[in-house]
Amino acid sequence: MNLFQYDFMIRALIGALVIGLAAPALGIYLVQRKMSLIGDGIGHVALTGVGVGLLLDRSPVITAVIVAAAGAVAIELLRERGRTSGDLALALLFYGGIAGGVMLVGLSSNRSNASLMAYLFGSLTTTSRTDLVVIGVLGVVVLAAMLLLRPALFAICHDEEYARVSGLPVRALNILIAIAAAVTVTIAMRTVGLLLVSALMVVPVAAAQQVTRGFRSTMAAAMALGVLCAGLGVWLAGEIDTAVGATIVVLAIAGFLTVAVCAAAWRAIRRRPFTRTAEVEPPDVILER
Amino acid sequence: MFVTAEPAVDIAHGVVGYADRPVLHDVSLSVPAGEVVAILGANGSGKSTLVRAILGLVPLRGGTVRLFGTPLKRFRQWRRVGYVPQRMGAGSGVPATVAEVVASGRLARRGILRPPGPADRTAVTAALTAVGLADRAAEPVATLSGGQQQRTLIARALAGEPELLVLDEPTAGVDAGSQTAFADALRGFVDTGGTVLLVAHELGPLQPLINRAVVVHDGKIAHDGAAPAPAGHHAAPDHDHVHPHAPEDPPGAWLT
Repeated sequence: MNLFQYDFMIRALIGALVIGLAAPALGIYLVQRKMSLIGDGIGHVALTGVGVGLLLDRSPVITAVIVAAAGAVAIELLRERGRTSGDLALALLFYGGIAGGVMLVGLSSNRSNASLMAYLFGSLTTTSRTDLVVIGVLGVVVLAAMLLLRPALFAICHDEEYARVSGLPVRALNILIAIAAAVTVTIAMRTVGLLLVSALMVVPVAAAQQVTRGFRSTMAAAMALGVLCAGLGVWLAGEIDTAVGATIVVLAIAGFLTVAVCAAAWRAIRRRPFTRTAEVEPPDVILER
Repeated sequence: MFVTAEPAVDIAHGVVGYADRPVLHDVSLSVPAGEVVAILGANGSGKSTLVRAILGLVPLRGGTVRLFGTPLKRFRQWRRVGYVPQRMGAGSGVPATVAEVVASGRLARRGILRPPGPADRTAVTAALTAVGLADRAAEPVATLSGGQQQRTLIARALAGEPELLVLDEPTAGVDAGSQTAFADALRGFVDTGGTVLLVAHELGPLQPLINRAVVVHDGKIAHDGAAPAPAGHHAAPDHDHVHPHAPEDPPGAWLT
């Protein structure tokens, strides 16, 4: 029996494929600037947005986008001021975000633990037709911005001072990355869940950079891996009845380990002729028997 | 390109301080177009701060900076300026090829929305050739030596075809071969009429290019004129000023 004869599976698959492409395309800039965990923090803040949406009986996706974007911009402004005092402020924002979200969900009429879990870890069956339109539109916007502005975004993430002296609108581009991160986190919460979305931004990039030589090829390989894991993850989660977000992330990490091991083996094989050859010579004595 | 009587760089009564600590007091310096000026001084003298203030990377507490006659706050023609920092920023693990880093130098000229065209690719290739790295274009920068990474940074600045190059200790800790390649690239730029403002601890092979030296001491300009002759053991004919980590840094030495 084919799982994809159900509409909800098709919707989940389309949603996951959009996220699988958009998350690594954005995540590569976060990794490049050593902010791999920022997506996780924004996910915490987004939960407050979900709580607000459920409480007001509005679409939680929209309120989560707004609250997460506000949080992401606040984080970016803190980062710009200097890192020393930012660390504690980030902690306050993250834990405030998740605690506020859990409380607000509790106050709403839709207070079951199941709905909270669906947002934290994703769920196959919760993606409605409206959600899918929102995910598709916002996902394409994020993807287009990350691809079209690649030279400028690469420049500010690689060397921010040089970008400033080049006359680039550094603050505007930084805020663009922050808002794009918030949007990606929010549209991914239905599929992958708020606590695991950051993995889909970071893990494909970490896997790709084991074997690539340039930024552009890393981005392409990470997006390919992201979309592959997302697609396979939805299918596997449906087949063996597991949480879809966790399945996608486990596949991505398995992909990372495979690539890392293969790359290390390949390097070892290439180096082999230069190492001593004693190992392949027959032993002088036989110690046993 | 229009000819202008305005100096390329002009800082008047510049004051810079970090927190409570003043770094530059009442510094005035004017660099006419076409001049090659070295800013010399001991570590901590404020010489790097001076160029960073000129580029707007550190705020001025007092005084004014003008680039090509325009006050820094209103200056928008950044394509006329090429900046070479002390070293490549700490790597993050995401690879970038030499050509990708150098291509960033075209953004000031092209803007952020226009995709790169043939003129951009030609300029990147020309800049890589000028620093002798054309054959390394497709390699990840992290695998280059420290000296080659510095040459990548000057290529990035040259790719933008600037009128003014501002270099912050570009040859500190760079192997002799790269210093020579660096000096050759700079000579090519000066020969086309470019203006250079260069912070240095040691001039080395750049010495013949310099036509004016400014010495910063304790946040003030202590000397402004001809390049001072080397003194002490630096003046010995066989003195080869080599930093402890020269001649060749291991690949990735800047990334740790």
